[in-house]
Amino acid sequence: MTWLGLALLTLGALTGCGAPAFGAGAAPLTGAAPAEAPRVAPPLAEGRRILHVLNRVGFGPRPGDVERVRAVGLEAWIDRQLHPETIDDRATERALAELASIRLSIPEALREYPRPDPGLREKLQNGQMTRAEMLETFPPEKRPFRIAAELQAAKTLRAIESERQLQEVMVDFWFNHFNVFAEKGDVRWYVSAYERDVIRPKALGRFPDLVRASARHPAMLFYLDNWLSARPEFIVPVGPNKGRKAGLNENYARELMELHTLGVDGGYTQTDVTEVARAFTGWSIDRPQVEGRFVFRPRMHDTGEKVVLGHRIPAGGGQDDGERVLEILTHHPSTARFIATKLVRRFVADTPPPALVARVAATYLETEGDIRSMLRAIFSSPEFYGEDAYQAKVKKPFEFVASAVRALGATVDAQAAFGLARASAEIGEPLYQAQPPTGYPDRAEAWVTSGALLARMNFALALASGRYPRVSVDPGALVAGADPRSPDAVLDRLLAVLVGGQTSAETRAVLAAQLANPEITRLSPDDRGPANTDVAKLAALVLGSPEFQRR
Amino acid sequence: MNRRIFLKSGACSLVALAGPPRFLLRTAAAADARGKVLVAVFQRGAVDGLSMVVPHGDPAYATARPTIALKPPKRGEGDRALDLDGFFELHPALAPLVPLWENRSLAVVHACGSPDTTRSHFDAQDYMESGTPGVKATPDGWLARAVKALPAKPAPFRAVALGRALPRALQGDTGAIAMQSIDRFDMRAADTTARGGFEALYARTVSDVLSGTGYQTFEAMKMLQSANASRIPPANGAEYPRGQFGAAMRQVAQLIKASVGLEVAFADTQGWDTHVGQGAEQGQLAARLREFAGALAAFAQDLGDRMADVVVLTMSEFGRTIGENGNRGTDHGHATAMLALGGGVRGGRVYGRWPGLGREQRFEDRDLAVTTDFRALFGEVAARHLGIPSAPLFPGWKASQPPLGLFA
Repeated sequence: MTWLGLALLTLGALTGCGAPAFGAGAAPLTGAAPAEAPRVAPPLAEGRRILHVLNRVGFGPRPGDVERVRAVGLEAWIDRQLHPETIDDRATERALAELASIRLSIPEALREYPRPDPGLREKLQNGQMTRAEMLETFPPEKRPFRIAAELQAAKTLRAIESERQLQEVMVDFWFNHFNVFAEKGDVRWYVSAYERDVIRPKALGRFPDLVRASARHPAMLFYLDNWLSARPEFIVPVGPNKGRKAGLNENYARELMELHTLGVDGGYTQTDVTEVARAFTGWSIDRPQVEGRFVFRPRMHDTGEKVVLGHRIPAGGGQDDGERVLEILTHHPSTARFIATKLVRRFVADTPPPALVARVAATYLETEGDIRSMLRAIFSSPEFYGEDAYQAKVKKPFEFVASAVRALGATVDAQAAFGLARASAEIGEPLYQAQPPTGYPDRAEAWVTSGALLARMNFALALASGRYPRVSVDPGALVAGADPRSPDAVLDRLLAVLVGGQTSAETRAVLAAQLANPEITRLSPDDRGPANTDVAKLAALVLGSPEFQRR
Repeated sequence: MNRRIFLKSGACSLVALAGPPRFLLRTAAAADARGKVLVAVFQRGAVDGLSMVVPHGDPAYATARPTIALKPPKRGEGDRALDLDGFFELHPALAPLVPLWENRSLAVVHACGSPDTTRSHFDAQDYMESGTPGVKATPDGWLARAVKALPAKPAPFRAVALGRALPRALQGDTGAIAMQSIDRFDMRAADTTARGGFEALYARTVSDVLSGTGYQTFEAMKMLQSANASRIPPANGAEYPRGQFGAAMRQVAQLIKASVGLEVAFADTQGWDTHVGQGAEQGQLAARLREFAGALAAFAQDLGDRMADVVVLTMSEFGRTIGENGNRGTDHGHATAMLALGGGVRGGRVYGRWPGLGREQRFEDRDLAVTTDFRALFGEVAARHLGIPSAPLFPGWKASQPPLGLFA
């Protein structure tokens, strides 16, 4: 195919995004679930399949990735990504070494990052303590906020450097699904352990295991208040609230059904919410500021019978009541449909093709929620490889930051990752800081705003011109091999490296016009030597372009 | 005005890429130096209306809330709730609003909310912002429809949301702008090359959501720089509280004073989901209310006489349970209280029929019933303040009650 042909196709894909306008006249999909008569767009041209997969299954290609995947074979590469334990990732682990807090147990984190002395501010104000003294007794690197900051850096570093790209994508996906807000109370000491012990090991495992593990983790118990929920008339026996009456709290029960399993239209009622909350009474946290461990408190538990979605849970079940609820919810067809919809939205399009959702939901029910099997169903579907899906998703800020660093082939260390995590926040996605239980959205309209676009362009400029500390960018190396005297050759080489040569004719034309700008193409001082192209500035324009905001 | 008209008129300014679009600025400034502005404030997380504007005259109030009920007002005790009309009292943390109540620019609409029964934050916010309870497929928000219903005007700053994302209420074909801060709404490049390059990249196509937004971004950026909005200091000794909401209101005021053609502004405030330890006169909710009231009062003071053209309307997706829960907090409920401030609002009154807190008066046996559909309130504000009939704003809805009479 000619270059122009490709460019026109890209343009078509770009302008056709949004609603999945399945091409008229395309062959109907055989063996599809009887949802709507599905029609599938023509398959992706061969040259784009690898780019597409690198952009969806991971955080975008680094220089040379396309060739590497081609050498292994696309299917084999995906298969390895589905089994991250088979991929050597020791280099990433070494880079993470200095972020010590991500390896601490909860009791260790509580000991090493103690709660600030509440009298400190007062002492500072009334002059009992100087600022220097305070910084010494309570240095910033030992304050609790450091835990979340190191976790942000670790997440950023992993997205950029890890060979286990799909695992990182899925950790991000499930953390959002089972969101906790790192700044709510004691969650700040629990959040690292939560991602490490609940989300990461099960990100490609079975969905019901994820639900069970999140349900009993102190981060979730605290974030959605279940640790305090008790049977009516319960009198707190010890602690600062000793003698106070406690009772039911519905927060976790509602979000468990609405956001973690059934979905808001999954067919539950307010009565179900109350019954589920009763079932989870007593699921609590043992000494939150010392141990921070799951505990079942029989005395807080409502021992009566519960009826959840028509299922009777007999009286006297104790801790098993909650387990029974999780079983009912994770076996429910609404859960299968809800999880399938979210997965297809992440990997295919903002408006998920219904036929594919139906097939993935069927896979959920057949495999008891096996995530790997659902992903396989998506990664082998014509919808995933259709022209409609190509570049159809707008990158979240975090995805954009990671993909830009990867595209430049920049190397980063843990220190650099702190700055890049801040960039994600400036563009609108402060990591681990989604306050509502919905987590961050996965749709274009949430991220495409004037302020955010400007922040993306500013980031592209700063990154490509080497203004991010400890992010080593070598624009010259990117275009190595291209004749520096030919600005056009430099541009084509740059586009090949950064976006696989897949730009719209408009974008190519705009960039080509920039070459005439003396600030981009500087002539040598005597005007006779070879031209010298400002590759960094061109690269910034490419990374800030509309095409690069998509994946 | 739809985006197409805006883009068409804006295309001329492409001729001079680097310079500010002076003609746009002049047009906007001349046409609407003192145009009407609606500022919508969303309290996300469902504010406890019963603590904001307390029905201490209702006998069921105190018994439903053994540890978090506010004490009745008592003259001379500043930390006690403030009496409004003998039945309702204002949370003491809302004290900064009392002068606005007394000069009759602040009104309360109580037992207001959505007829939809959902207690999901996400769905309820979606319904309140789309203006179509129970209908998820509505493509645009009610404020976007309001902007569209106003006479077309070539100004990039007609509708602005201060925040990370464009709220559902402003989504739609209106070219609304979202920004976290007007100071940072700028391209941080010393040279003009990159700026021109980016502008050209986003100007070429308008068919795509990214290009459309990108194009608009450059128009807005130039206008903001010419107007120097971020340098305008608070006036009349106004002091905004620290925090995101105070900053957002301060910047809305700057945009109004910069005369950039603002007609609808939107600001979020978070942290109202008080399931645990919400407190009473003091505590978690009191702290949130203090910032909320401080920002609203500073905004009114900052704008001074200009408040005659500005109405602030506050809203929240639903209220909270009448009874406190097992953790001295409240769970998701139904109706709540909303505020209208400024413009022609006939303040100093609590509007709406009080449904009562007694067992048999509650919605689904637990929550404050809705007696004023939020669309009646929003529609009346849009009609009387902006001059927009409420029919296009709330498709499929017809008012079943006479107007609240919020405006003179």
